Amino acid sequence: MSTEARAEHFPAADWDGGVFPYRVGHRKLGMWLFIVSDSLTFSALLIGYSYLRASNVWPTPFPFYPSIVFSSVMTFCLLSSSLTMVFAVSASSRGDRARARKWIWGTIFFGLAFLVLHLIEWNHLYSEGLRPFSLPAEWVARYAAPNGPLPSPLFGATFFTITGLHMFHVFTGAIYLSVVAARIGKLKHEDVEISGLYWHFVDLVWMFVFPLIYIMSVDVGAH
Amino acid sequence: MSGETHEAVHRHPAPTGFVWKYIFSLDHKVIGIQYITLALAAVLVGMTMSVLMRMNLSWPGTNWPILGTLFPGGAPGGMMTPEFYLSLVTMHGTIMVFFVLTTAPQGGFGNYFLPIQIGAEDMAFPVLNMLSFWVTFVGFIVILSAIFFSGADSTVGPIGGWTGYAPLSALGQIAGPGQGMGMNLWIISIAIFCVGSLLGALNFITTLLNMRTRGMSLMRMPLTCWAWFTTAVLALLSFPVLLGGGILLLLDRLAGTSFFIPGGLYVSGILSGTNPNFPAHTGGSPILWQHLFWFFGHPEVYIAILPGMGATSHILATFARKPVFGYRAMVFAIFAIGLLGFFVWGHHMFISGMSPYSAMTFSILTLSIGVPSAVKTFNWLGTLWGGRIRFTTAMLFAIGFVSLFVAGGITGLVLGQTSLDLPMHDTYFVTAHFHLVMGVASIFGMFAATYFWFPKMFGRLMNESLGKFHFWITFIGVYCIFVPMHTMGIVGMPRRFAQFTEYEYLKTLHPLVVLVTVAAITTVLVQIVFYFNLFWSIFKGKRAGENPWDATTLEWTTASPPPHDNFAGHLPVVYRGPYEFAVPGAANDFVMQTEPEVTQQPVGSGRERTSGNGHDGHRR
Ligand code: HEM
Ligand SMILES: [Cu+2]
Repeated sequence: MSTEARAEHFPAADWDGGVFPYRVGHRKLGMWLFIVSDSLTFSALLIGYSYLRASNVWPTPFPFYPSIVFSSVMTFCLLSSSLTMVFAVSASSRGDRARARKWIWGTIFFGLAFLVLHLIEWNHLYSEGLRPFSLPAEWVARYAAPNGPLPSPLFGATFFTITGLHMFHVFTGAIYLSVVAARIGKLKHEDVEISGLYWHFVDLVWMFVFPLIYIMSVDVGAH
Repeated sequence: MSGETHEAVHRHPAPTGFVWKYIFSLDHKVIGIQYITLALAAVLVGMTMSVLMRMNLSWPGTNWPILGTLFPGGAPGGMMTPEFYLSLVTMHGTIMVFFVLTTAPQGGFGNYFLPIQIGAEDMAFPVLNMLSFWVTFVGFIVILSAIFFSGADSTVGPIGGWTGYAPLSALGQIAGPGQGMGMNLWIISIAIFCVGSLLGALNFITTLLNMRTRGMSLMRMPLTCWAWFTTAVLALLSFPVLLGGGILLLLDRLAGTSFFIPGGLYVSGILSGTNPNFPAHTGGSPILWQHLFWFFGHPEVYIAILPGMGATSHILATFARKPVFGYRAMVFAIFAIGLLGFFVWGHHMFISGMSPYSAMTFSILTLSIGVPSAVKTFNWLGTLWGGRIRFTTAMLFAIGFVSLFVAGGITGLVLGQTSLDLPMHDTYFVTAHFHLVMGVASIFGMFAATYFWFPKMFGRLMNESLGKFHFWITFIGVYCIFVPMHTMGIVGMPRRFAQFTEYEYLKTLHPLVVLVTVAAITTVLVQIVFYFNLFWSIFKGKRAGENPWDATTLEWTTASPPPHDNFAGHLPVVYRGPYEFAVPGAANDFVMQTEPEVTQQPVGSGRERTSGNGHDGHRR
């Protein structure tokens, strides 16, 4: 056999056609691809955020208490929901559909808890005067550089856009999971796994949003 | 492994009833034809707009009574306003790039032939496939509606160009005619288009990875499949970024944010923040939009051209009766082009202001794309070299593709150098460059594909005499249109200008401008012959049979047109590479991929005698 032929000889029969090379069905592969593309949408927003943040005076308005504590609780909810999702998938892999369904409802519960807390948080910021296009007057006074530029109203724009898009994902994820839970009797294990992939992805996005949007905006000077 | 074929399990039965068969069909072949039809309609709009632009450029100030009747605002008394011209530029560019060059090559021909060429009975997600077409269709309707919703503004859409640069695109009505509702619809249309393309891309990748039939190893795939696959990967990675950018742009317009709008703007006589029509904006970055747009935009030009490259390789080999020269090099070149395409977006922004170090990096990376491009070009020439060429219309268009790709690519090397791009940017030199290498070359790839695969799609051949007439006039025509534009650009004629009568230094160019217009009108008119040939041949063309071109790949093993499940219940098994032409000792000058070899071991045993590459046939 010539070296060229050897180079082209794929080790296993995986790539020779007639089989699933990654040993996953269409839908799971499709979900992975969706996740790749969706994470690029989030990357675009987060990179845009970093770009704007770097070129502006940025307010850092979140006091440790209540903002960070509150958002940590939200984070905790999402992390718990991932854990329950893991239990759901493992129950489903053992064929225990009833238990899988319960764990999925648990996941939805934590997801909804996250949403509710997040909306409270939005409402709180809104009543403080934060808008997509402007900052509360008090923040403007507080974060203006001495004799320099004012803090950027893009804070509100990036905050509401990025967390809003993430919230939308949590919301659609909750709907998706409730469909899975309701129809679990008719679904294959792989379908449960796929919904799990989506859910974990949504959590993972939060693990970028949380530090970049919240932790990076902690008011270190505050009491 | 028993027989020649194995049983196919088709997941959706053949539909009955007009609506399920032709409108909301799940059959990838019907969806492919729907995409092609969409592109055929869109290109009519785009072409009409280009002729209107040319007429205004060469005979500014003329009264065109029809125009005056149709667009009393945009062409009062029949004379085009500059804003009307700019909206034509924008809509022409947008429709051509998105709804022609991103639909027909990938959604159209890719959809139809990728599953057949890999021996699958359909795409992996038939419902998603149908949705991606209809989502794209809605996007088209939305962009068309921009024509009408901008009527009160005396334009046929926004005026900011297909790149939608901020802040012009981000400000709303105050920025000028067409920038109100027209621009909103433009952004919404593009966002919808992104979603449709993403669904399509996901489907293509899954199909190609998971659904290749037995024996169809990666290195036995036709180069068309490699091209469609790479295109899908590019779409999957670039459209989401445009989608993200589009969301932010829309928010700037509708929610008052300032992502792309810097502070202190003074527009149409109003200072930002001093008028309810122009609320305060501050802190945004127009450059950020450019980054997001071009991170998508450069891969987009490869999304447009790669399928044409695949079709060209395929067709050149078939009609030169030779294996593709350097199959493996071709595959790696496609991948290299796709990969490098993600790291060169900055070459569109040399004059937007960037650090000379980044500019140099972008410049070097840009020029390095020349290497895989040259590999492809020389391999095409190598494929032709010494072949017994059959000059069919499809072959002529494929050779035309190579010619245009080279002619347009050479000037890419000019524009890729910062020092040369500074004076050339935003002149007709750029217009000439991208029309040749992206616009017309891709169109030629699609013409080649149409003449080549038409018999498979409709069971009849297109008329070759009309086809050759169409080829020669179009080929000469496009060179007459776009070569003089290089000269104009070097002299300094700026693009996106409605007329040049005020500029003394451009007066001498007027004869060239008229020549280009005459050539453009001729070229557009000759497309009537193509449309006629297309529709006439569907009903009256010569019957084609299964394999009219003596070609080797799987689509030629099944009926023309293929049955609903492509292979009538039995999936083919593949025993060899895609381009086994002129194999010494073989009975015919071509060997089908499905033809078993007596001494051949089953694939994967490690003892096969061919590497799976076509050219092995020669070396044995
Ligand atoms: C008969 C063929 C064509 C003719 C005569 C033509 C003519 C023109 C003209 C006159 C312009 C405006 C130049 C300016 O004022 O800046 C233009 C712009 C443009 N054309 Fe074409 N065109 C043709 C085909 C195509 C095709 C096939 C594509 C597909 C990619 C295409 C894509 C574009 C784009 C992207 C622009 C730039 C729009 C902008 O500046 O935003 N054109 N074309
Ligand atoms: Cu580019």
